[in-house]
Amino acid sequence: MKRLFLALTVVAIGVTVVFALWVTPPRPNQGFDAVRLIYLHVPTAWVAYLAFGVTALASLLWLVPRTRDTAWDLLAGASAEVGVVFTGLTLMLGALWGKPAWGTWWEWDARLTTTAILFFLYLGYLALRRTGATADERGKRCAIAALIAFADVPISYLSVTWWQTLHQQGTVFNADRRVLINGSMAFTLVAAVVSFTMLYGYLVLERFELAQLEEGREARELERAIAERVRAEPPEVVPA
Amino acid sequence: MSFLRDALLVAGKDLRIERRSRVALQQIIPFGAIVVMLFAFALDSDRTLLHQAAPGLFWAAVLLAVLLAVGRSFSIEEANRARDGLRLSGLDGGSIFLGKAAAVAIELFLLELIVGAAVVVLYDVTVRGVVVLVCTAVAATIGLAATGTVYGVLAGGLRARETLVPLLVLPAVTPVMLGATRSFQAALAGTPGDAWPWVQLLTAFAVLAVTAGTVAFGPLLEEA
Repeated sequence: MKRLFLALTVVAIGVTVVFALWVTPPRPNQGFDAVRLIYLHVPTAWVAYLAFGVTALASLLWLVPRTRDTAWDLLAGASAEVGVVFTGLTLMLGALWGKPAWGTWWEWDARLTTTAILFFLYLGYLALRRTGATADERGKRCAIAALIAFADVPISYLSVTWWQTLHQQGTVFNADRRVLINGSMAFTLVAAVVSFTMLYGYLVLERFELAQLEEGREARELERAIAERVRAEPPEVVPA
Repeated sequence: MSFLRDALLVAGKDLRIERRSRVALQQIIPFGAIVVMLFAFALDSDRTLLHQAAPGLFWAAVLLAVLLAVGRSFSIEEANRARDGLRLSGLDGGSIFLGKAAAVAIELFLLELIVGAAVVVLYDVTVRGVVVLVCTAVAATIGLAATGTVYGVLAGGLRARETLVPLLVLPAVTPVMLGATRSFQAALAGTPGDAWPWVQLLTAFAVLAVTAGTVAFGPLLEEA
């Protein structure tokens, strides 16, 4: 089942690659062939948001006592890891596209700035996950941290937008969106979003299973260590 | 009512420790002042540039000091396992949070006065729009202290606490940095009317941070 899903994902990405590289036209006003980066940039950004949404939802489900399960914590961690990678990719691809199209690697635009903040918020979250603690302890800390991070994003977006409106008009993204709604470019973009979402699903599934194995290994090793200890020093039998 | 009394008790305890140990007074506040001086070196003591950037530099210095204040606030709970004492005291988690955050906020107010004075003298700033400045400082400081305290307990007792807290706190308080800087700029430029949207944002942030902390602190303290 997982193999089949992986195969489908690879096919979908293959179709996207063919369309993005050969079928869609270059755009003189969007950095000629550099415009093809958009078929990577938009889906990676979408996957990043999706991943953090899943992390927030899984964290919420962990916090609600009725649905509390270690699996939700592991899913939140797996999704956040994929999300951070894709956020980093989004920033990098955006910079690569920005240089030929806007003439600059970085612009203090509202969306760019909040995406960078998002990246650091979730890097902190991943660092928190790695500090080592019992499953319950980690679950509680991380779930609360994930929800705070998720709530901080709209506030940051709001503040950065205000900061922008006071400072300069950065409407590059509007002009960008108009370009995308036609013919092969629109189809390629949809294909890219679908195939990257599948890729996200596959990566999270793999990471989640790995995390479950890790959890299981820790428990098994603890049991083995206790068993060895008991064999080495049998507990004293207290005379009645 | 006992909720507030408990909060005052915890705040009083933290401030009493600071008054006796003088760590805040003799380490954190001088740290803020030296950061203000370092910024002047970085900008080659260019008067016009320093004058222009003064609000942002002031808040950057405060932000760095917040990290120290939060670290200090939780390192006093590590010594002699005071954290266990706090947990067993029967005080409500929310009131412990309010008390600790209030103590941090009061330390920060003191720091802001001194760092602010240093900025005025060293960066050649004329103080204008005092009402806006005070409102901004109050809202921003409450937001900073509350956010810092939430993350302080979140990372409490963990191996890499000292390095983890800055990574968690700094991205989370970017709205405060931005809002407080803009608000100060407007006030110092003589257009205090432009500052109020930012004060509103800072107030909203502070309310959210205090609410989140009051709810989350109890469970977080229990677990660690």
